Amino acid sequence: MDAIPYTVHPRQDTGLYNAKLGIWLFLASEVMLFGGFFSSYIFLRVGAGDAWPMGSSIQNLGLGVLNTVILIASSMTMLLSWTSLKANNFAGFKKWLGITLLLTVAFLCVKMFEYSLKFGHHLYPSTSTYMAIYFTMTGVHALHILGGLIVNGYMWGPGSKMWKDNPEQFTNRIEIAGIYWHFVDLVWIFLFPVMYLL
Amino acid sequence: MTTTTAAVDIQKEVRGYVLIFVSLLALTGLGVIVHILNPSFLVRIVLILGIATIQATLSACYFMHLISEKKLINWILLITFLNFVGMVIILLGAMSNPIHGTTHVT
Repeated sequence: MDAIPYTVHPRQDTGLYNAKLGIWLFLASEVMLFGGFFSSYIFLRVGAGDAWPMGSSIQNLGLGVLNTVILIASSMTMLLSWTSLKANNFAGFKKWLGITLLLTVAFLCVKMFEYSLKFGHHLYPSTSTYMAIYFTMTGVHALHILGGLIVNGYMWGPGSKMWKDNPEQFTNRIEIAGIYWHFVDLVWIFLFPVMYLL
Repeated sequence: MTTTTAAVDIQKEVRGYVLIFVSLLALTGLGVIVHILNPSFLVRIVLILGIATIQATLSACYFMHLISEKKLINWILLITFLNFVGMVIILLGAMSNPIHGTTHVT
């Protein structure tokens, strides 16, 4: 009998294994967090009227598009790492999750470069309400990316030892990590147009 | 036979994911095109946020498997959404009914 039950087989009452229910409950709280940020943005912008700058006049569209492509690609490679495990292909999992990690680092590098450009133009969170909400939302999002990088890095490295003893549970862990990662991508799918296109 | 069937199923699944991935990239490009065309602000908001919503729906339904997930998860998300909408309504109510002698400053 497992020390922790329902890590692989679903519970009869929920129809889900525990980690899947857990991650969705966690993401529900994340929806509240980012929902709060986005609604703050809306209220601040509506209240400022014409004084609010167009995002495109301050942001670098090319870097924003690049980061969007990087993140969507990383979502795809994360999925491929999970499907590789389902197909019993551990080498494929290592390859695709490794690429996911590289894309994540690339995203954070681009983000750091963007921030350095802002600071170079003396644009700081204290400069204006727009810059404050920009740095807050993208900063919190970047922290979520960093958290995902740490977890995925663990799964790629020492955490992958579980594949030998319990491949089904490890596959489920990657599925859960993937669901979190897709959510972070989903937040950026809204953050990019709000900050860069509107 | 079972292993081959499972492998074929996974390949079919991957092809679906690739299609969604390409769609997401194409929709990103479409959003940028809308921005470049520079329509009126209202049209821009509707189009760009509409495109983002379609992208988010595709990602949630297929990448996050919501379309084939148990109903319990859909209920969790629905309750979360209603909770969020309720809070926004409360905030809107507060903004339209400030304390006498005060104003909202942004």
